[in-house]
Amino acid sequence: MPMTPKAAVSPRGRARPVTGVVLALLAAWYLAALLGNWNGAADALARAGATPDAARIAAATMAQERPVVPAPHQVFSELSRSIVGVPLGSKRNLLTHAWVTLSATLTGFAIGALLGIALAIAIVHLRSVEASLMPWIVASQTVPILAVAPIIIVALGAAGVTGLLPKAVIAAYLCFFPVTVGMVKGLNAPDRLQRDLMRTYSASRPQVLTRLRWPAALPYLFASLKIAVAASLVGTIVAELPTGAQAGLGARLLAGSYYGQTVQIWAALIAASVLSALLVQAIGLAEAATARALGTQPAGSAR
Amino acid sequence: MSRAGALALKEPPENGPAETERPAARAAPSSAAPVVAARGLSLTYAAADGPVRALADVDLTVAPGEFVSFIGPSGCGKTTLLRCVADLEQPTGGELVVNGVSAEAARLRRDYGFVFQAPALYPWRTIARNVGLPLEIFGVPRAERRERVARYLDLVQLDGFAKKYPWQLSGGMQQRASIARALCFDPKLLLMDEPFGALDEIVRDHLNAQLLTLWRKTAKTILFVTHSIPEAVYLSTRVVVMSPRPGRIIDIVDCTALGRERPLEIRETPEFLRLGQRVREGLRAGHAYDA
Repeated sequence: MPMTPKAAVSPRGRARPVTGVVLALLAAWYLAALLGNWNGAADALARAGATPDAARIAAATMAQERPVVPAPHQVFSELSRSIVGVPLGSKRNLLTHAWVTLSATLTGFAIGALLGIALAIAIVHLRSVEASLMPWIVASQTVPILAVAPIIIVALGAAGVTGLLPKAVIAAYLCFFPVTVGMVKGLNAPDRLQRDLMRTYSASRPQVLTRLRWPAALPYLFASLKIAVAASLVGTIVAELPTGAQAGLGARLLAGSYYGQTVQIWAALIAASVLSALLVQAIGLAEAATARALGTQPAGSAR
Repeated sequence: MSRAGALALKEPPENGPAETERPAARAAPSSAAPVVAARGLSLTYAAADGPVRALADVDLTVAPGEFVSFIGPSGCGKTTLLRCVADLEQPTGGELVVNGVSAEAARLRRDYGFVFQAPALYPWRTIARNVGLPLEIFGVPRAERRERVARYLDLVQLDGFAKKYPWQLSGGMQQRASIARALCFDPKLLLMDEPFGALDEIVRDHLNAQLLTLWRKTAKTILFVTHSIPEAVYLSTRVVVMSPRPGRIIDIVDCTALGRERPLEIRETPEFLRLGQRVREGLRAGHAYDA
């Protein structure tokens, strides 16, 4: 299909819509801060005995100590204060907390991804596994993680397992499912001719797995790993919430909500979403490297 | 046997027989024994609206070195017949012997190479690695693998494309690669299911001529499914004409009169046209039978 001018492909052309979206989001955020904090700011000014005219209220909505909706610049200054303003390793440094969360996330992701792949391989090869296990796998995902997390933490704690591992287990619990579903589809992706070919060679199941099913499943694997890594981060944060964890982004969120520190909550949220975006990005890079190694047809060349 | 020993680790017991008898090491069947012998072969499968008879009472014997084409309208069971020989389908009645054993045993000892309608190359493998796939599965050592892949890529005139990926080749080149893949472990029997059906006339003519040369040079037995009359007559020693469902053999046209050397121009000769006419009449008779 003929593409119109370079604008569609050049980096500068792509930067424009991206910038536009970011600006629009920031504007919406400021508007939300203005509206969300309006009553609070008006009340505060009234209590202080000042005449609450619109301009002063509007200015006050941007600078409250405990706003309903913190303004972007408040969140970003909190972020910079808690990242570069305090020494690394300190309990008040956000990166320290992010690292605690990240290590549990990655551990849980590794466990969950391996478990998910193993389950998918078992399901694809053994009909009985699919029939007997699949309902339980699906059921496991319908249970609210918020309800299960404390049970797991307490149970593992009673067994003497504390620290990173219980959180990783909850993360793995959330992230194995998309991997299993994606990989079952991926491992079954080869078409009839591709499979018949293996049959004409009397190839063994392990040979079919390594030479046909696995490479055919890789695109599906990466798609599900992206979902899984984000789910793993959510799982870790959820695991940090109900357990009075001392460190981690979840602990930071919890502490923020105890003391009404909305700016701190938002800063932790931003940190979590940036972390999540970076993780998904990292999977994307691994995916691109794998595609290159497999000689996949570049998307652009099909046009 | 040392090769088979190295292979044993990777292969489950079900492939035991195949290990002890690698294709290259296998003795050729005696020339008298038929390569394919079918008697009263039939295949009925259950469909949503009742049983479908894909094959009915097929009797056929193919001698070593023959080139037999199967022709008939779509759904006449010619592909099904080929897939039965390859043990990709199981007949529901009759007898089928391939190289003196059951179709399954023949498949397990890797007696045949199969070329499908589509190239069925694995997109994540280079052409060389696609062609070498069967050798890899059979546990052929790397050096011999490389040598054979080069030789057969050369044979199908794809030398220089070894490192390309399938998507970088045209349809005709891809199909040639798939033929090299079927040939590289030197099976005595080649099963081809409309291999050139998706290609344009010019490429098809070219590949037909190449295939014929290859068949003359290698003395393989080839079973070839097609729905092109000129292609069938041009390539074959015998053309098997089949009727629509239930698939049965209507006529077997002997084309040996055309000789073994067949330039493309042979298709203009009266003898060629006469044979084509006979195949066409057979096909027409099949339709009348159906109506």
